[in-house]
Amino acid sequence: MFLETMLLTFKVAFITTLILLIIGVPIALWLSNTKSKIKPIIETIVSMPLVLPPSVIGFYLLIFLGPSSSIGTFVENWFDIRLVLSFEGILIGSILFSFPFMIHPIQSGLQSLPKSLVEASYTLGKTKLQTLFYIQIPNIKNSLLTGIVLTFAHTVGEFGVVLMIGGNIPGETRLASIAIYDEVEALNYDLASQYALTLFAISFVILLFVYTINRKFSGVLR
Amino acid sequence: MISIDIKKSFKDIDFNFKVEIIKGSINALFGESGAGKTTFLRLLAGLETPNSGYIKVDNKIWFNKKINLTPQKRDIGFVFQDYALFPNMSIIENLRFAQSLKDEKFIEELLEMIDLKEERNSYPKQLSGGQQQRVALARAVARKPKLLLLDEAFSAVDSKLRSTLQNDIQNIHKRLNLTTIIISHDIAEVYKLASNVIVIEKGVIKKSGSPDILFENSQTSGKFRFSAKIMKIEKADTVYIVTLLIQNNLTKVVSTEEEILTMKVGDDVLVASKAFNPIIIT
Repeated sequence: MFLETMLLTFKVAFITTLILLIIGVPIALWLSNTKSKIKPIIETIVSMPLVLPPSVIGFYLLIFLGPSSSIGTFVENWFDIRLVLSFEGILIGSILFSFPFMIHPIQSGLQSLPKSLVEASYTLGKTKLQTLFYIQIPNIKNSLLTGIVLTFAHTVGEFGVVLMIGGNIPGETRLASIAIYDEVEALNYDLASQYALTLFAISFVILLFVYTINRKFSGVLR
Repeated sequence: MISIDIKKSFKDIDFNFKVEIIKGSINALFGESGAGKTTFLRLLAGLETPNSGYIKVDNKIWFNKKINLTPQKRDIGFVFQDYALFPNMSIIENLRFAQSLKDEKFIEELLEMIDLKEERNSYPKQLSGGQQQRVALARAVARKPKLLLLDEAFSAVDSKLRSTLQNDIQNIHKRLNLTTIIISHDIAEVYKLASNVIVIEKGVIKKSGSPDILFENSQTSGKFRFSAKIMKIEKADTVYIVTLLIQNNLTKVVSTEEEILTMKVGDDVLVASKAFNPIIIT
């Protein structure tokens, strides 16, 4: 039980982080470059999960992805995947909820790079894609790492959204933070503290790792 | 031949650049700060887009009403004021990144020229400002571009380093015969490097021609001519002694009270002489 829940927790966190990394870089790149008038709107949407109560996001996801919604029906008919009370459901919830934690560090990293680095690459004949992969990304390693770790840690610790959309199905949607709540309700303090201590220790180690690595990066590059 | 006739409104200034530049020449852009020198280079590089006009390089259109080549397609080398070396790459990687067709021999030649063969695997951060500048120059020419643009490249260096960099530019010019445009505030530098000067005032190209146009009003035809800076003016009996800095040397020249009225300490001037027989000491 304990192991199953912990493994599931990290599986969700890992996949969420991976997907957010892949879609986060292009979005952050666009936000850091654009002079478009809709930029503030996009920025607001990206940041909403920071201020909204998780239960609000969970509630709307339940409404819009549920079996009676059009998106829910479509996905269920075509892909045979149910989006609520399922692993896929909590994945979508986690991705939306951790959005700002990935986008913000990458965006500010890209913005803090001198403009001339990108321009120099262009004048040397390199395309935008080449510039992204050879110049921009390697020079914002700190920010990428921060984004990855914050997203991962935040997903591990997520409670409200997951509970709303995923419920509490052992091995399917029960994550560690929910298990703690569950065990406390059942007055099962031993198991609750086992979960709590594990999360505490892992979070500590991850953050320690980030701060150590970031110090190393900044020593080499800047 | 490069023909330029472009207009651009930017930050409340209307820029109007019309000039022709001879292929293979070194050109100095001369003007006060804020006059539009950097904007001129950026427009030429494709980093800014003109509002109207055209840029034509060797009969190829870089910009007109319909065409606007990206910086990638313009075949230029640009030396940025802040050098813009890639911090994640070593010196040799910076140079290699600049080449689309690999030419290790030329990279070796460049490393030799900028005297950084030993430091090839160092990172930009580990180099001094002057070394970084030389790498930036080498990187800009590593793919043998058509046009070399230098944006205030020497603004933050001492005179010894400046002269090293000037020599680098002359060497590169000799080697590749690149059409070069360099921003300079220093009349001595203009005389040393450039065959042509483009004078920009308040966003408009006022004149262009041999460096002598900077002293157009003086009407001299001296055999010896040096650009100099006035360091000191002092009265000695009925005449005045003007102390001048020519390159790195101080020289004293006698001047009359009438002439002194048009001079002040810090002025850039031209010193010419024709009425004596120089001796050459070897």
